[in-house]
Amino acid sequence: MSQFNTEKGVQSIFLLIALMSITLLFLIMVFLFLEGLPIFHHVSVKEFIFGQYWYPTDDDPAFGVFPLVIGSFTVAAFAAVLAVPLGIMTAIYIAEIADRRIAEIVKPIVELMASMPSVVIGFFGMVVVSPFLQQTFNIPVGLNLFNAGLMLAFMAIPTICSISEDAIFSVPSAIKEGSYALGATHLETIIKITIPASLSGISTGVILGLSRAIGETMVVLMVAGGAAIIPESLFDPVRPMPSTIAAEMGEAPYHSEHYYALFAVGITLFAFTFLFNLAADYISYKYKQAGEGYS
Amino acid sequence: MSQKISWRRTNFQKIIFSSFSASAVLNGAILILIVYFLVSNGIEAISFDFLTKPPIDSMTRGGILPCIVGTSLLCAVTIITALPIGVASAIYLNEYATKGKLVRIIRMGINNLAGVPSIVFGLFGLAFFCIILKIGVSLLAGGLTLAIMTLPVIIASSEEALKSVSDTYREASLAMGATKWQTIYKVILPAAFPGIITGAILGLSRAAGETAPIMYTGAVFFSPMMPSSPFDAVMALPYHIYVLATAGTNIEATRHLQYGTALVLIALVFGMNLIAIIIRSRVRKKMKI
Repeated sequence: MSQFNTEKGVQSIFLLIALMSITLLFLIMVFLFLEGLPIFHHVSVKEFIFGQYWYPTDDDPAFGVFPLVIGSFTVAAFAAVLAVPLGIMTAIYIAEIADRRIAEIVKPIVELMASMPSVVIGFFGMVVVSPFLQQTFNIPVGLNLFNAGLMLAFMAIPTICSISEDAIFSVPSAIKEGSYALGATHLETIIKITIPASLSGISTGVILGLSRAIGETMVVLMVAGGAAIIPESLFDPVRPMPSTIAAEMGEAPYHSEHYYALFAVGITLFAFTFLFNLAADYISYKYKQAGEGYS
Repeated sequence: MSQKISWRRTNFQKIIFSSFSASAVLNGAILILIVYFLVSNGIEAISFDFLTKPPIDSMTRGGILPCIVGTSLLCAVTIITALPIGVASAIYLNEYATKGKLVRIIRMGINNLAGVPSIVFGLFGLAFFCIILKIGVSLLAGGLTLAIMTLPVIIASSEEALKSVSDTYREASLAMGATKWQTIYKVILPAAFPGIITGAILGLSRAAGETAPIMYTGAVFFSPMMPSSPFDAVMALPYHIYVLATAGTNIEATRHLQYGTALVLIALVFGMNLIAIIIRSRVRKKMKI
């Protein structure tokens, strides 16, 4: 009987601990709202979301998050243009084309890319890419949307690549062999069979990679230029949401308008990444990978 | 005619395939370029003094010892809190849980926690640990913030490690009369240990390189003394790079220190990753036999 009780006890302890992740996620939301919502005593929700100006420290401060959101999305979109094709192509190369031995070398390289600290990538963008851009494109400042997009692409590629690679690799060989038997070439099989079959995994990878690009802080803090404007060209500086929070939190007095506003930017950022993650979660749950339950 | 088509098809395939391999090569090339650049510029800065002395002359000369110590201590706090919680969560999910709503919710929580932006962890750490719990900007607050961020990584890899333990182990142990809990901690955990350690190292390497979560929770610009308690703030390698590269009065003059610190940081992070990759490939080989 006592042994039975121990067993029950142990199981409930593990359950409690397992619930910790969701509790923490919930706590994070609670605190963001607790510290961010008071800003709406000072500005209306509409002014906050659609306001064109972010002048938090002026005498008559303006808290418009719109340019920051646009900053985040333009940088992430530019990163996506580079990272999505590169990430997926590399994934196809590893899973389908490279022979096992080369794949075993390329995979750790992708993992090392993922482990590169963001501050180091930001540093590289500042001291190498920025002067290079200045010279090549003859522009006054090298810290801009273009530079930040390049660096973020580098950070998003490993996420996109490794998740896509898993998905492509797990497509059962039976359906690929069926395609070969009908006379399709390797490439035709990849395009018409393997990719459609692994599309849910690939899109999960793309969404998570982009979510990472939107939430990444140090890179945009160091290389995006930091001007809270709506960019008109690729070489304009921008001030994405994470960099705004990181750059200004140090000088915002506790429980000042500015402090609340920064937490409200945090809510906005969290909401976007949360939506991305929910979408990825939904896709991978709803559209089960072809081949699951096959073997 | 048909030969011509097949010639076209194979050549087209060759071109496309080489573009695939080119993209893989490009990734590797960029990584090598960054590492090469850091090594070639940073190697001069590395010396025995650089690694064992504190910074002097308002951080324009001297070493980075307090940053190395600070980052190591932050990692220690992180692993002490995140590893037990992560492994226990993984045990529940893999050994006890039956498919259902509850598990689905827990998994959704973990997936979403993994996707929370690092600066949002920083905001949470600031509001919760530093202000509400009144810990202040400290080693403890910074380490705990990093622990929350690392948790999903550790859960995922521990779960994978537990999954790779063959069911025959479980059945044999249960058949000998062991209870489920005895089976878990005497049979399954030892068998999954290398995999769990791999995940822990990978999680730690991520925590060591992160800047945004500790900026306002644990790290300071400069601290003349080594931390003497968990409630002291610390200097940390990634934050030191950021400070020197952006906020110093003499950004150009301290360039060599920035390169040196960056080199030490990636050596640390890559070192941990390589160890993890090696342990993992050994475990996989063992599992196959």
